Amino acid sequence: MRYCFLICIMIFAGYANGNTILVGKGGRVSTIREGISMAVNGDPVMVLPGIYKEGHLTITKSIALIGKDRPVLDGEHKYEILLVSGKNIRVSGFEFRNSGYSAMNDFASVKVVDARQILISDNHITGAYFAIHISNTAGATVRDNRIEGTPRSEQLTGNAIHCWKSSEALIENNHVQGHRDGIYFEFVTHSLIRNNISEKNIRYGLHFMFSNDDTYQHNTFQDNGAGVAVMYSSKVKMERNLFEDNWGPSAYGILLKDISDSYIFHNTFRRNTMALHLEGSSRIDIRYNRFSENGWAVKVQASCENNKFHHNNFTGNSFDVGTNGSISLNDFYNNYWDKYEGYDINHDGIGDIPYHPVSMYSMIVEQNPATLMLFRSFTVQLIDKAEKAIPSLTPENLTDTKPFMKPVQL
Amino acid sequence: MIKLSRYVLYDILRSRIIIAYTLFLLIVSCSMFQMEENSSKALLSLLNIVLIVLPLVSLVFTTIHYYNSYEFIELMSSQPMSRTRILMSEYTGVSIALLSAFFIGVGIPVLIYMPDETGFALLFAGAALTLVFTSLAFFASVRARDKARGIGFALLLWFYFALIYDGLVLLILFSFSDYPLEKLTLVLSALNPIDLGRIFIILKMDISALMGYTGALYKDFFGSGTGVLFTGGIMLVWIVVPLWLAVKKFKHKDL
Repeated sequence: MRYCFLICIMIFAGYANGNTILVGKGGRVSTIREGISMAVNGDPVMVLPGIYKEGHLTITKSIALIGKDRPVLDGEHKYEILLVSGKNIRVSGFEFRNSGYSAMNDFASVKVVDARQILISDNHITGAYFAIHISNTAGATVRDNRIEGTPRSEQLTGNAIHCWKSSEALIENNHVQGHRDGIYFEFVTHSLIRNNISEKNIRYGLHFMFSNDDTYQHNTFQDNGAGVAVMYSSKVKMERNLFEDNWGPSAYGILLKDISDSYIFHNTFRRNTMALHLEGSSRIDIRYNRFSENGWAVKVQASCENNKFHHNNFTGNSFDVGTNGSISLNDFYNNYWDKYEGYDINHDGIGDIPYHPVSMYSMIVEQNPATLMLFRSFTVQLIDKAEKAIPSLTPENLTDTKPFMKPVQL
Repeated sequence: MIKLSRYVLYDILRSRIIIAYTLFLLIVSCSMFQMEENSSKALLSLLNIVLIVLPLVSLVFTTIHYYNSYEFIELMSSQPMSRTRILMSEYTGVSIALLSAFFIGVGIPVLIYMPDETGFALLFAGAALTLVFTSLAFFASVRARDKARGIGFALLLWFYFALIYDGLVLLILFSFSDYPLEKLTLVLSALNPIDLGRIFIILKMDISALMGYTGALYKDFFGSGTGVLFTGGIMLVWIVVPLWLAVKKFKHKDL
């Protein structure tokens, strides 16, 4: 909220006293190019409805390019439509259509390069290679945009919202679908991603690399080819997001790779092949999350340490926890597991015997995926029971020592 | 033949065992749906009933029935009737009795509490397994010389399909884990009707877990129209072949 407020003030302060330039077919100024070149710092350029095919446009002045009743900017499958570079620039109310594709350059519908305080809001972007491409920019705000790609292969489609080497970005209320990655962050710091819906993307709904001190909250990521990946970052806050229906051999609710000092609070993971996958991650606090109807709720590789899982609800998952090693350096406590079969004699709400969330069979499947054929068979149940009685292969200390008897109220 | 089947059916209903079996299934299914807060967990427990209890009861019941009506079969053989017809009417009578027990005991609760895809898959697999194991029981009892051996053989078959086979599969999968085994598991699953039935059901139940690794292959195969045909076809083979072998043996048997 703080970011957004500041940015709004800065941007609006800039245009308050400008002279509005009207651009429209048949009017005094008939092309947007002309309108932009006439404008001086602080002028709003108001574009009237119509279809504008003007190739590549560039804005370097502090102006606001505003579409009235959503005029269309058509890239004719050849051009990068709009390049923004400078400070205090606003682009809103347009429909960007058919921007070009290039194997050499990252052509985008809107490209922001070397800029400060940019607002891109309320646009519809269809058929783009990259939709919004932001690099080396401080304080970019991307809000209320609808971005719809044409899913082709991973190589032929770019990202919907792509941020590279930026800071203090705010990405909110956008709806993105059908691109390679829905939202892509690389070297982006102190930024906020919230209330977005990212779905049906070929690869990741959200892809996060080398981006520290960022927060994403209240987003919905569903039906993406590989879910959400957060890699090589630290101090990331992930709160109240919904991850659902990410299905496939390598689809994850969240894939965490080399993440440290982060928070995962109040998220809901539903019907994912693998809800939460941790690899080489440490000091992550995972609490108040709901894991329901997933294939694997949590997969913790042996390379993870000092992660805390507590006050989470695990219900209806095929496997609760999977791991690939025999030692575990993570803490599990005070979670609710629907598969827990223990008792609570003193009625304090905490089970009296520890729960082993890693079943023997999940270890077997980890080693030899073809054994999934025996899933839920009588033999496997016998093996699991025997292992529960006398643990030998499952990590002995990966236990929830104080499991809750009733689901945590979230 | 229909007349004879009807006599067999009346005979079975008089013995009351089938009624006890129906009640047992009904009570177990209803209490599971009542007890568990979400019905998918109840279905999981029912899965065990269908995969373990159903084949066992079908085998033992059929074998005992065969030996108990041995004299009736002898009498019928003295009549101008082909032996194939006699055995087929026995099979029809027994399987109708067991199937109706299953549909009343499990079918009705499933239709009430969980009338969705998973529920119907469970009913399909249960009905197919009943028919398969009735057929296997006829094979066992026609081959064995006396009642004790017949029941022993039937129990051995149950042990093999319910337990030993899966152990062997585990052994094979681990011994040859360096090779791509995905296709092989499809073949292996066809060689055991219990496994085939189980995979058919869990494809509807644990879809998200199965989307990984081997599961995607199963999903593509069993989930498609060909897969349903394949499951049905293999089950039919499991019904027809033991029955055909039993009939072949029975034709030349010195009663």
